[in-house]
Amino acid sequence: MKKFFLIGICCICSGILFSQENPSEIKKDTTILQKTIVIAQRKLSNYRQEKTLSSIDAYLEKANKVTMIKRGNYAWEPALNNMVSDRLNVTIDGMQIFGACTDKMDPITSYVDVSNLEQVSINSGQEGTENGHCVGGGIDLQIASSKFYNSGLKTSIDLGYETNSNYKITGLDVEYSSNKFYLATDAIFRKSDNYKAGNNKEILHSQFQKYNFSIQGGYNLDNNHLLETNIIYDKATNVGYPALPMDVSLAEALITSVTHRYRNDVTKIKSLESKLYFNTITHIMDDSNRPDVPIRMDMPGWSDTFGFYSKATLKEKKHNLFVNFNGFYNRSLAEMTMYPNDPNQPDMFMYTWPDIRTLYTGLYMSDNIILNPKESISTTLRLGYHQNKIAKQVGVESLQIFHPDISDSKNRFLLSFSGAYTIKKDRFDAALGIGYGERAPSVSEGYGFFLFNSFDNYDYIGNPNLKNEKAFEFNTKINFKCHALKLGITSSFFHISNYIIGEIDDAISPMTIGANGVRLYEALNHASIFDVFLNTSYNLSKKISFNSSIGYNHGVGSNNKNLPLIKPFSYLTEINYTTQKFNVALQLKGNGNQSKYSGFYGEDKTPAYAILNLNLGNILYLKNNKLVFKYGIENILDANYSTYADWNNISRQGRNVYLNASYILF
Amino acid sequence: MKLKYIVSILFIGLFTVACSTDDDNTPVINEIENLVKIQEIKNSSHTIELYNKTGTFNTGYNNITIRIKDNIDNSYLENVNISWMPMMQMPSMQHSCPKSAIAKITNKKTLFEGVIIYQMTNANGSGWSLTFNYTVNGEDYMATDTISVSQSEKQNVASFMGIDDKHYIVALIEPEDPIIGINNLIVGLYKMENMMSFPVVQDYTIMLDPRMPGMGNHSSPNNTDLGYDATDSMYHGNLSLTMTGYWVLNLKLKNIEGTVLKGEDVTEQDPKSSLYLELEF
Repeated sequence: MKKFFLIGICCICSGILFSQENPSEIKKDTTILQKTIVIAQRKLSNYRQEKTLSSIDAYLEKANKVTMIKRGNYAWEPALNNMVSDRLNVTIDGMQIFGACTDKMDPITSYVDVSNLEQVSINSGQEGTENGHCVGGGIDLQIASSKFYNSGLKTSIDLGYETNSNYKITGLDVEYSSNKFYLATDAIFRKSDNYKAGNNKEILHSQFQKYNFSIQGGYNLDNNHLLETNIIYDKATNVGYPALPMDVSLAEALITSVTHRYRNDVTKIKSLESKLYFNTITHIMDDSNRPDVPIRMDMPGWSDTFGFYSKATLKEKKHNLFVNFNGFYNRSLAEMTMYPNDPNQPDMFMYTWPDIRTLYTGLYMSDNIILNPKESISTTLRLGYHQNKIAKQVGVESLQIFHPDISDSKNRFLLSFSGAYTIKKDRFDAALGIGYGERAPSVSEGYGFFLFNSFDNYDYIGNPNLKNEKAFEFNTKINFKCHALKLGITSSFFHISNYIIGEIDDAISPMTIGANGVRLYEALNHASIFDVFLNTSYNLSKKISFNSSIGYNHGVGSNNKNLPLIKPFSYLTEINYTTQKFNVALQLKGNGNQSKYSGFYGEDKTPAYAILNLNLGNILYLKNNKLVFKYGIENILDANYSTYADWNNISRQGRNVYLNASYILF
Repeated sequence: MKLKYIVSILFIGLFTVACSTDDDNTPVINEIENLVKIQEIKNSSHTIELYNKTGTFNTGYNNITIRIKDNIDNSYLENVNISWMPMMQMPSMQHSCPKSAIAKITNKKTLFEGVIIYQMTNANGSGWSLTFNYTVNGEDYMATDTISVSQSEKQNVASFMGIDDKHYIVALIEPEDPIIGINNLIVGLYKMENMMSFPVVQDYTIMLDPRMPGMGNHSSPNNTDLGYDATDSMYHGNLSLTMTGYWVLNLKLKNIEGTVLKGEDVTEQDPKSSLYLELEF
């Protein structure tokens, strides 16, 4: 299998080398195929957002199907279709990258910043398998490419302040671009103290500090070929997690890539993009800031990933073909050292992720067939080979305590496919899709060793023998237009067999002091997850518009127990006034009572809440320069509330006044 | 890969050949590699050399390698019928401890081995002596000397009275180098018949509950109780250790009828059995 992986890398290298010497086609065209099945594609940093400097997390949260699971004020974990990281495929510009924390304190969205990205592409269910296998969907954080704007030097400065947590943000972008060459760098620094929940209640250990630096360069080899490189360095320190018993003293990522792009409108292959990448993450969890702990411990983790992809788009009559051949090799290692209160006893040590190596190679194909101007059919297929290996013998031996029959490696073959039919008419458009997908267990699910989950207060043990999780999926999307009124319904249904979840094993004593017990990762026979959203928008005039969204979600396992982290009834309504240079929006959002909470999996009932937000924005032009102000008040009524997605019911921010200012020098 | 092996084999061949051309002396047998000498016990005709891995006697289980040198020609004896007697001198009385017979090590020409389980020692290591009785070519010899036995850091041997009013000694033998995982636990169980005789107890059961006091008395799954194995006269079981550190192996001793002779269940109130061994790694 390693051979395929190496061959893939060699092909890409030779492709890059070969194509450099091949200036055959000279016709210039910038037509790019649009991706069709994207449920949300959010442009970042374009000053249309409520806050120009809000985090990636805050941007993601605005998508209909996305919820952010919060363990504090930093590094929120995205959930899509009520499924979290293990069931999603989250990538940065097509690059696989895996968090190094066994307790999901570093979703990879925390290692990039808005300044690095151009847009976020969120694909629901099997439509999200372009970069890898998933059940819930795919989130790709896309880096801006090909900035050959010929705009010379452009600088922009961003400043932000929020009152609630004394949150300061500073950003600087410098970009130089010509037709032949560009170089863009940006740096952003964020520092926040503890935030305050409603009624001025300070949430201890919710501070954070981070900076992010990126440099991107591109060189136009000729009209068809260009080379780009990108380096992102992200470092967060002193990050508090009020909902967890430990904090993070360091979360550091280096994300690098080299990309070759080929584009030609004359040939059958319209574009070919190949990338080689490497990223490394160091994550240090510690509890030195906590005054009261049963035992002191350190839990560092590391994750390194090498990978490649090669994507091609082809057009042939009605067919719009897209092929992605990719592979990666990941090493995940995490350990735990505990310092006994009795100084005569030696330190206690274990590997919580015993150096797990994951090798994946796969091929993805999609075809969008235009039947006629109003109808189209799209299909996707992904085939992959997935191998896990426990590199440390001690890892094999420790897991054999629970699973005596395991060996050090496990191979899996994974299959995903989907099909969708889309029809577009003047007053009506609809899409109907079905899909089937498989995923391999994540490192924690497969190989975690005494991973403490403070949500249900259980220690979790991985199971290398887990079967692939398989999902059948149906989705529909219907939109009606009637003059100024737009109505839309989107809905998905997932039937997931071998649904991986932790099941209590009474016979095992917990490792973590004070834990309720131990859960072994097992598979439910099946589980069902259903979601439906009703979106309405009404334009009263050109300047005034009204939007609303109502959502309902449901999740139940074959044991007739509710699944955890399923969003209750939710709503959002917003009234906007927008002109060229000014905008204002008043927003009401909330959740209903969480009646279908999952007591069995450690949840409690979260009461209903509603909050009011006010956002304003101004754009001023000063000669050639532009000044953008975004300001407003969040949680105007200072409600003290928490949502179903808040770990251990930690309260969210109370009233917060914010101001973001951006100054753009051309 | 293969080339690497071929080259190294060639080199080994080259050097071996080079060495053997040096001189014609009969090769000295050195069978005590990786062993450290603890002590010598002498009489006028022979020197008895005692070895183990650490070079000291410790309380608990000691696996001892023995070599006997002829003081006249410095050769090592190959055929000896030998027995030993460890003895502890107390102020009012003296007693011995559990021990095995001494046997020739198979595949070795000059080495013998045996096991002694020192159940206690004085604070300064004094008190013990070791006496050898042996026969060479039909002639009986004796050698004796005091020895020094250090106190092991952890409790790897326990001496106790059961509810049957008999004295027992239980000693940890394996694992010598514990792993995070399932360890093969081997324990010796001996009964004190009188001050000088400590025979192996057969067919009892030793129940096992390992705990980590530093982690709120965390236990581990898939341990098995120890059962008697007649092939090596020891008790065998599985010991799961989930992490490195300090572990207490809480034990309960049951006789053939199933009566608990010593030890209690571990509970919140009683975090430790009165019969236990300790382990640290």
